[in-house]
Amino acid sequence: MQAIVSIKDLSKTYQSGFQALKHVNLDIADGEILALLGPNGAGKTTLISIISGIVTPSTGSVSVNGFDNISDYRKTRAMIGLVPQELTLGQFDTVWNTVSFSRGLFGRKKDNAYLEQLLKDLSLFDKKDAELRALSGGMKRRVLIAKALSHEPKILFLDEPTAGVDVELRKDMWNIVRRLRDSGVTIILTTHYIEEAEEIADRIGVINKGELLLVEDKKTLMHNLGKKQLIVELKQTASHLPPSLAGYDLELSNDGEQLTYTYDTMSDSTGITDMLQAIQSAGLLLKDMHIKQSSLEDIFVDLVKEVKP
Amino acid sequence: MNFQAIRVIFHQEMLRAWETLFQSLASPVISTCLYFIVFGSAIGSRIENIDGVPYGLFIVPGLTMLSLLTQSIANASFGIFFPKFTGTIYEIHSAPISHFEILIGYVGAAATKSLIIGIIILFTASFFVELNIAHPVWMVTFLILTCISFSLFGFIIGLWANDFEKLQVIPLLVITPLVFLGGSFYSVNMLPPFWQSVTLFNPVVYLISGFRWSFFEVSDVSVGVSLAMIVGFLVICIAIVGWMFRTGYRVKQ
Repeated sequence: MQAIVSIKDLSKTYQSGFQALKHVNLDIADGEILALLGPNGAGKTTLISIISGIVTPSTGSVSVNGFDNISDYRKTRAMIGLVPQELTLGQFDTVWNTVSFSRGLFGRKKDNAYLEQLLKDLSLFDKKDAELRALSGGMKRRVLIAKALSHEPKILFLDEPTAGVDVELRKDMWNIVRRLRDSGVTIILTTHYIEEAEEIADRIGVINKGELLLVEDKKTLMHNLGKKQLIVELKQTASHLPPSLAGYDLELSNDGEQLTYTYDTMSDSTGITDMLQAIQSAGLLLKDMHIKQSSLEDIFVDLVKEVKP
Repeated sequence: MNFQAIRVIFHQEMLRAWETLFQSLASPVISTCLYFIVFGSAIGSRIENIDGVPYGLFIVPGLTMLSLLTQSIANASFGIFFPKFTGTIYEIHSAPISHFEILIGYVGAAATKSLIIGIIILFTASFFVELNIAHPVWMVTFLILTCISFSLFGFIIGLWANDFEKLQVIPLLVITPLVFLGGSFYSVNMLPPFWQSVTLFNPVVYLISGFRWSFFEVSDVSVGVSLAMIVGFLVICIAIVGWMFRTGYRVKQ
């Protein structure tokens, strides 16, 4: 993996004494979509803010494309676009002016053709002369994205891009993100919506209380999620698992009333039919059956719970 | 050097004044006219010449400085305070731009605006009195130095203020008294000896005195001292801004 952003032992303690990040290490691959998942106050925004240069880290370092983000800040910041969580926009500027302002601020020469295309891609072009205060929340979000992309960054940070956004706009956002990735932009987004991470991310990082608990390929995660459990309730309790069933991944509950069969939906055969026949041959009678599937949400909740004292 | 960034900050700040053109220009022009009518014509006609200069003419440099100081501070403090207030400052912090470039953009725009206002006020004054400027080059030098140093001072206030009240308190409680007591409308020599000495602690006295000298060649303190004071003030402001940026005081977490 070629890392475009490399974070080493990053910690941040605010003046108030609040420790927002604890020894975070993370490599972000060139061209990937990484979703940082975590509850409110987990440290997602602090992490993004440090990489973008808004907040200074207490310890640790960040390098972007091989350049340190403090000593070589001009190079690193020029590569980064940031869409903040809050709809922080001026009131009286027009869409066109604010986007042009952003482009210049990041040291790029005027390029009206590029900005026009950018606004068209974000369905903002017909609003280009509108004042920002006259725009809806969703439109403002688009303007923030346009501002972040105005200087053609290689890396885009989206801080909770779909918080408080309706379903349609959320799907729109996802499409925008995918299109950007296809054009070669590396995207890091924070979210507390699990389905969002599931929908668009290549990798998922879980962060809580300033600690990065897990960073995993989405496919690997989904594979773990692909595990299902078939729970079989027995008519009569069994004192032990009959030897003929030993070959199956079966577990007998302590009270002897339930058998739990764990299988992988992704594999070619789940073995359910054989297992059920084996149960019948062993002389056990079934009362009921149900299926349990762990979701990303379960994994997430488990991870977050473990950290709690 | 990120010249594009300086350009857009400067442009944005000038645009803000342009959009509120009427307020930006009308208020200094109207207040100047009022001062001229009240102090210059109505009261001034009963006041004898000061240092050989008719009263109406005598107050021109002080009046110009009065507007220049308040406008420089207001423009620069508001220019940097507003992005802090709305939160749009995040963009400046995340941009590949040095503190020096931010400073040039904001302070440059504020100083330019006040310079334009200063020129308009002098132009307005020329309708009321016959202006003869003895040392135009020095006059322009004082004008520019004042605009830059007080815009810097305003920038410091804008960085320091974290609410609207703080933004107003220094201009209102410090600057306005200093300017009124700084010899805008009188010569320091007209005060009793004790107050003359007190006045010498007021930096605005040196500013107005030097500026007035460039018009009429009369001054309360020597021109060299005036010049040294204004340059000193400029250096102090630069040092404070430098310190604020370096330590991130009220700027960055």
